[in-house]
Amino acid sequence: MEAPGKVLVLGSGAIKIAEAAEFDYSGSQALKALREEGIETVLVNPNVATIQTSSRIADRVYLGPLTGWYVERVIERERPDAVMIGFGGQTALSLGVRLHDSGVLDRYSVKVLGTPIEGVKRALSRRLFREAMREAGVPIPPSTPVNSVEEALEAAESIGYPVIARVSFNLGGGGSFIAWGREELERWIARALAQSETREVLVEKYLYHWKEIEYEVVRDSRGNMAAVACLENLDPMGVHTGDSFVVAPCQTLSDYEYQLLRRASFIVASTIWMVGEGNVQLAQNPEVRGEYYVIEVNPRMSRSSALASKATGYPLAYIAAKLALGYGLDEIINSITGRTCACFEPSLDYVVIKAPRWDLDKFEGAIQSLDSEMKSIGEAMAIGRGLAEALQKSVRMIAIGEEGLTGRYYLENEPLEAVMERLRERRPYWPLHAAKALRLGASIEELYRVTGVDKFFLLQIKRIVEVAEELRRHGLREDLLAEAKRLGFSDEQISLLTGVSRGEVEETRLSIGSVARSKLIDTLAGEWDAVSNYRYLTHSAFEDDEWDMGKRRILVLGAGVFRIGVSVEFDWGVVSYSDEARKLGYTPIILNYNPETVSTDWDVSGNLLFDEISVEAVKEAVRITRPLGVVAFLGGQLSNNIAGQLEREGVTLIGTPGRSVDVAEDRARIHELLEDAGVEQPPWVEASSLGEALHFAETVGYPVIVRPSYVLSGTSIRIVRGPEELRSAYMAAARSSRASVVVSKLIDGVEIDLDAVGDGSMWIGALIEHIEPPGVHSGDSTMVLPHYSLGDDETKAVARVADAVNSELEVRGPFNIQLIASQGRVYLIEVNLRASRSMPFTSKITGYNLMKAAAEASLTGSIRGLGDSTLLKPNAWGVKSPQFSWSRIKGAYPGLGPEMRSTGEVAALGWSLWEALLKSWLSVHGNRLPESGGVLVYTPTGEGREDLATAGETLARAGYNVYTLEDMEAWGTPLSHGEAVELIRRGVIGLVATTSYAPKADHKIRRIAADLGASLILNHRLARMLAEALSRVDVSSMSVATLDEYTRRVEEAWRYS
Amino acid sequence: MSNTVELGVEPRSLPLLTCPSKARILLEDGTAVEACGFGAEATVAGELVFTTAMAGYPESLTDPSYMGQILVITHPMVGNYGVPRIRVENGLSLNMESEGIKVWGLLVSEYPEYSHPEAIQSLSEWLEASGVPGAHRLDTRWLVKKVRSRGVMQAVVSVSRDPPGWEELWRRLRNSPRYDDVDYTAIVSPKTPLEYKPGGPVRGRVSLLDCGVKHGIVRGLLRAGLEVVRMPCNSSPDELLEGFDGVVLGSGPGNPRLLASQSRVAAEVATSGKPVLGICLGMQLIALGLGASVYKMKFGHRGVNKPVKDLETGRCYITTHNHGYAVDQDSLDEADLKPWMINPDDNTLEGVKMRGVPVIATQFHPEAGPGPWDSSWIFHRFALMVEGD
Repeated sequence: MEAPGKVLVLGSGAIKIAEAAEFDYSGSQALKALREEGIETVLVNPNVATIQTSSRIADRVYLGPLTGWYVERVIERERPDAVMIGFGGQTALSLGVRLHDSGVLDRYSVKVLGTPIEGVKRALSRRLFREAMREAGVPIPPSTPVNSVEEALEAAESIGYPVIARVSFNLGGGGSFIAWGREELERWIARALAQSETREVLVEKYLYHWKEIEYEVVRDSRGNMAAVACLENLDPMGVHTGDSFVVAPCQTLSDYEYQLLRRASFIVASTIWMVGEGNVQLAQNPEVRGEYYVIEVNPRMSRSSALASKATGYPLAYIAAKLALGYGLDEIINSITGRTCACFEPSLDYVVIKAPRWDLDKFEGAIQSLDSEMKSIGEAMAIGRGLAEALQKSVRMIAIGEEGLTGRYYLENEPLEAVMERLRERRPYWPLHAAKALRLGASIEELYRVTGVDKFFLLQIKRIVEVAEELRRHGLREDLLAEAKRLGFSDEQISLLTGVSRGEVEETRLSIGSVARSKLIDTLAGEWDAVSNYRYLTHSAFEDDEWDMGKRRILVLGAGVFRIGVSVEFDWGVVSYSDEARKLGYTPIILNYNPETVSTDWDVSGNLLFDEISVEAVKEAVRITRPLGVVAFLGGQLSNNIAGQLEREGVTLIGTPGRSVDVAEDRARIHELLEDAGVEQPPWVEASSLGEALHFAETVGYPVIVRPSYVLSGTSIRIVRGPEELRSAYMAAARSSRASVVVSKLIDGVEIDLDAVGDGSMWIGALIEHIEPPGVHSGDSTMVLPHYSLGDDETKAVARVADAVNSELEVRGPFNIQLIASQGRVYLIEVNLRASRSMPFTSKITGYNLMKAAAEASLTGSIRGLGDSTLLKPNAWGVKSPQFSWSRIKGAYPGLGPEMRSTGEVAALGWSLWEALLKSWLSVHGNRLPESGGVLVYTPTGEGREDLATAGETLARAGYNVYTLEDMEAWGTPLSHGEAVELIRRGVIGLVATTSYAPKADHKIRRIAADLGASLILNHRLARMLAEALSRVDVSSMSVATLDEYTRRVEEAWRYS
Repeated sequence: MSNTVELGVEPRSLPLLTCPSKARILLEDGTAVEACGFGAEATVAGELVFTTAMAGYPESLTDPSYMGQILVITHPMVGNYGVPRIRVENGLSLNMESEGIKVWGLLVSEYPEYSHPEAIQSLSEWLEASGVPGAHRLDTRWLVKKVRSRGVMQAVVSVSRDPPGWEELWRRLRNSPRYDDVDYTAIVSPKTPLEYKPGGPVRGRVSLLDCGVKHGIVRGLLRAGLEVVRMPCNSSPDELLEGFDGVVLGSGPGNPRLLASQSRVAAEVATSGKPVLGICLGMQLIALGLGASVYKMKFGHRGVNKPVKDLETGRCYITTHNHGYAVDQDSLDEADLKPWMINPDDNTLEGVKMRGVPVIATQFHPEAGPGPWDSSWIFHRFALMVEGD
């Protein structure tokens, strides 16, 4: 095969539920593999927060929509020889197929590398897949499409009960049901048929409590194959694998079962002519020997393959890219050993558990039960020498406030039945409920009946509960303590169980020699020496594996599990900072545990410790690695929150002191600090009673923002507009807060962010203006760089705040200030002495890498080459837009407020604000201009009516059919709610523009729009700006240029303060 | 063997280990470990080896090639799915590699409670009934790295409520014969021929020299449509050739250099003109008999994840290995053998063919058990040879 000179790689766009940072990891590895071959790389991916869109990874980066028209223009401009579509998730794969089918690839002679399009289609099309599997003799679950009650009963008879009836086209995820017998099927089938738009229902064998197993398969163009990993879902079939707890390697399969399923996976891979990497999902009957079905195959890198890469150390994406270029498996070197070849199957001498993280509490109305559609937002991977150790770590890693399986929730008393009900309803985090149920007297048998989780796993949980109960009974007995540590109990968890302080637990533990040891992940279970430095911690070991750590070490804390508010942007910071630190002569050791990320790619980080980020784990890591200090300002809240405690317990922090971090959290002290700078805070009060809160609101005037002063996971922050609302919001906040409730005045104006790096005397940064007004969480706002409406006075005031923060708080690293500009005055909302979510955006749009400055400031004490504090001015306009996953979270109300709900972001550049805005908005997955031309514009509360009316009028002038709601009028032809729903359902209305957060008023309309894929604009200011952009910019003539081309002239332009 | 052991050295163990049954492990280099015991209360001495196979412990434990050895399984969780009923018909196990446990001792990191619908007993119960001691809750990776750097060693494992002192264990270790000096084949070879017929049409009738063959090899041959007669390890060439369309030289335990007469038999069979298949020990016997040499590897190949490259087709297969000896590639010419397969990681010879005659042999295990079924085609290839293709 002739090597291509230039290859186009398609990314996956914004982070959304089911498509997260794993594709930053896989794309980055693929790009690296191409670069090694001397191939020029072109990347299209609007996800500005990724590492792959940093110039060091790809040669030419396009931040733009992953749509046919945009990518065609990139192809026209770049003329690549080939394209890789297997490294950007389903988004890239589907886009690749469309580019092929529409003839674009042919027209420009672009070859598809890896699995051929025909094979991809076999995998993606239900019909083609079933046909291919039948031909290959691989069993698939029997199913029959039916159109009538009689057909349904007949189909069920031949398939055998239980069956699941799936409505072929339905809204809101409802409509499917399980029938255990004829009577039940008869009772419900008519309704299911009626729910289907096409009057078609699929009757399928219901794989009740079957095991779900996945194999990650690599295959080269000669047909050589290896099953790199076997992943076993702890959850049975029926729960999406992304929502399942997963263990690697498979734990409950006999050799016969393992090999049977492995062979089936190989047949599937061959049947779709796989070249590269793919993932095969199978279901296995736990009762009947040898009975299994193939469920599906992903002919691309997937979330599971990213997990498998991290779990085994086998760099799947890198290898897949090499295979796509035509290499044989035996011709590629296993880079972990540096000697052995890639044609092998990793052997693990440890156990890996993946735990999902949900944020369903943040979504009003969201259905809480797990099913076959993925709802989780992030995941953590835990490694231990035993299953219990890994499982307990994984629970801590998902950062939900639980210290392992027997934490606070476990200790709270409630009736067993309440806990069992959660298990029956398939609520998130079943292992916590299982542990608690065992404590309250449930049997393994009962738990198995309810959960379908293999008893082997339940027995492991039982062992943990036994030790927890012994600790509660006997207190801190030394032999029990040693056993608990082996089973993955944290010091804090033992403290909760015994009532002994964490410090005393730690002291006792150290006195009996119970310390964590670092072990190497080497893909070969110790059989060969590894040249890599990929490690984890365990309490089941005699000694640390040898570790040549390098000199001038620093321990860099990562961001941990992704949640709403913490995502790939923090990983960008970790990776970029580490690169810069390396250039300054330091050896970063990265501590992180998120399998989706680039920072946990041992090949990128050089020295990787894959473990927890907690005071205990960091102290153990420091004891083992003896670094110069710990960098805690890159990983978002998780690491920032433990910075102060680490400092108090004797750990040296690098950069801004931990005590300053504490000051920044203290509103009163910040207030003093800012008085000198002539800047105010919005009036606020820390109210210890409802009366106090009400009195305050009366004094300053509504609206006010209510929040608990210590926010636990999932607790809501609310904006209230009157005393009634304040009453209920106060009560809710007081319930979830351990202390008091903070009430502050919501100031109307323009929200701005300063992203900067300071060294105590000078700082450098850039100002970002939000389109949405204060009250919309900054993570859900559309951000514009440079600012477009602020006056000189206002920017100068911001600079004064930055000066004060920088010098008074002894900043030595990144910081972020959030402010509101209102009528010539500037109000401070928040100071964060850490990297912010928007820093990758700021860095890429200005062309100035803030992490470089951060490394200099924190490691050398000053930012190089900085003559004066500087506000950066970019060369082109940059706009960052939030990505929501409304359609994935069934039942949730799509609306904006002070609580963040977006899952990701995109950005685009343009030569005008309007061009950048439109391009950015169109780069959000799911956003599109309505082909039908129908737009619905309304305001549920009256808020923003003027802006929305302007938007409606502008859109009408641009040729759109504009409708509004008769009781929530903005501009356009009035409709009743029923009519509006119907027009959305029929596709006549393809875009809905509204504002406010008012679930009681318009839940149905927003929900229908989300379920049917109509685009949503959820704020009036954004609606007006976007309408304006649409009227000014012709989509087909938008500029197409690389990131470098937009930012090229920045050197001359940036100094303007 | 080192002549001294520092008995003053503190044994290694996890902190404050409490267990009803204690295990003591002593290696010939003086390494001492204390752990928890399971399985039988017994003291054994043998060669310490490790396998990287993650599943399939019942198959590994019943592999006769593990005679005389103490096995470390590198995956930390072992025993998860218990032990199924071992089905044996006419001396042939239908689901294991022999009728019972052949390993002399077992060391694992973690021995958990089991669950599996096919399990009839726990691993511990099975070991106990077989008189085999097991130890868990020790750092097996640490042990494996010792073996990796120093090579395989003699070791003693003792499991008891009150295990013997280190001095006594040291005596036991010193007085036990070295693995390389013992011929284990007599113990595991059948005394009389055992005959098996395939389920479907018969493609030929072959004899199988059984010096401790894995039963999976018999099943592989049967699946390929061959009638199989298992012959005692001391069979003569005539007994192996007379009335058969082909001969299989099977796997087995121990040092092949101790099997001089079997090597001569192998050479005679190989040059008879009849199709011959050698597997593992079988390949080594052919090589030795024809004048090639065999060497002891530092710590061998034991696992189910190993690449083997077919030098004729360029294809690469994932295969099951269990060998501590290997045929020296440089000595092949003298034996009229040519390399067929190699392990690309360390260039170990994994398959040979004989020039001009229908003789093929693999060092790896096409019957798997445990491990991938990817190279089961070798049995079909051999059946074709037997058919006279």
